[in-house]
Amino acid sequence: MDFLRPATWAEALALKAERPEATPIQGGTDVMVEINLDKGRPAALLDLNPVAELRDWSVGDDGRLRVGAGVSYTRLIEELGDRLPGLAQASRTVGSPQIRNRGTVAGNLGAASPAGDSHPPLLATGAVVEAASVRGVRMIPIGEFYTGVKRNALEPDELIRAVRVPPADGPQYFSKIGTRNAMVIAVCSFSLALHPSRRAVGTGIGSAAPTPRRAPEAEEFLAGELDWDGRAPVSEDTARRFGELVARAAAPIDDVRGTRDYRVHALAVMARRTLGWAWRDYGRAI
Amino acid sequence: MRVNLTVNGEKMSADDVWEGESLLYALRERLGLPGAKNACEQGECGSCTVYLDDVPVCACLVAVGQAEGRSVVTVEGLAEGETLDEVQQAFVECGAVQCGFCTPGLIVQAHSLIASSPGIPEDAEIREALAGNLCRCTGYEKILDAVRLAAARKAAS
Repeated sequence: MDFLRPATWAEALALKAERPEATPIQGGTDVMVEINLDKGRPAALLDLNPVAELRDWSVGDDGRLRVGAGVSYTRLIEELGDRLPGLAQASRTVGSPQIRNRGTVAGNLGAASPAGDSHPPLLATGAVVEAASVRGVRMIPIGEFYTGVKRNALEPDELIRAVRVPPADGPQYFSKIGTRNAMVIAVCSFSLALHPSRRAVGTGIGSAAPTPRRAPEAEEFLAGELDWDGRAPVSEDTARRFGELVARAAAPIDDVRGTRDYRVHALAVMARRTLGWAWRDYGRAI
Repeated sequence: MRVNLTVNGEKMSADDVWEGESLLYALRERLGLPGAKNACEQGECGSCTVYLDDVPVCACLVAVGQAEGRSVVTVEGLAEGETLDEVQQAFVECGAVQCGFCTPGLIVQAHSLIASSPGIPEDAEIREALAGNLCRCTGYEKILDAVRLAAARKAAS
């Protein structure tokens, strides 16, 4: 195995072009588990820790927050929790403090596990993945990023530079089912984002299909039902129907963490609950 | 490959390191520091917690090459000579040690919590901070007592 240590982003891209089989390592919270437990042996590790360009976040020209691939969950929670509440909530449920100190959203994207906690809020908010290679920069809409179980749309010579997430323009929530409060891989998860300025609803489903996915029919239904101006309470029928449509968008399986039926049930419950929390916040925000 | 790093204030290096090796393995097997414990090797148990550039991490999930040129503090680096660190002292006094396997990781993690808390952390904060450190003897109540005691002493000093 080779250990590649680029000092700059340009060097990192050059190395990835030269050695497309190299596995990028940032926090190591996925990659090292594979190596320690002998589940996989990368031909080379490409250590991105020394690349200073990845460590920061900024506000892009488009108003989106550009979160560098090296920003840990801990920093995202502390520094961006107000502007990216859905993603910050999801980040708080990742592993333990030690894991959050090392793990990153970009790493979650690179691994592309259907159970990754970042994915539902990224889907609900319409994030964009900034991928780069020596050939140039490519903006990949989050809905096109996940291509299969632990597969993503990155080309072999590409690395994730940042994820671009619009700051919240309304309430956002994340909910996750697991056996305890820490160190849980989601049985299933759900994120909701309300976008009152364009009267739209965003959703993201985790760990209940081969890839994280939205529930477009549920989004459209709810956006049409909500009383955006009067902010009247959501009827029980609407909440129940929203839950049903979210659950219908999933395609879960039975596995070690839960059954298909349980996941379908839990998704409907999480959809109703997050809607209740988000609409309560929207009602108070007058 | 060769790796150079600072551990507990001392410059150290290791030769012929395997590129896929963890920081934990290097500390224990090459640098003579067996304080951080090796249990789950997947970040679940926290028994290998060390500081990497002042941030507590699971040493089993850091590739040792990632520690090149950086500063690591292990449980061995907390005491000043024969004088225990406040957190270590509190663990002794409260009977927070049973088999002792989880103790080094818990002490480093609790040390970080107390160092970053202005006053005495609430129980919920302590539980959250220690959520990634498992004690299979289930001695959590005594561990919480020890963290409260160390925090109270620091706040009073």
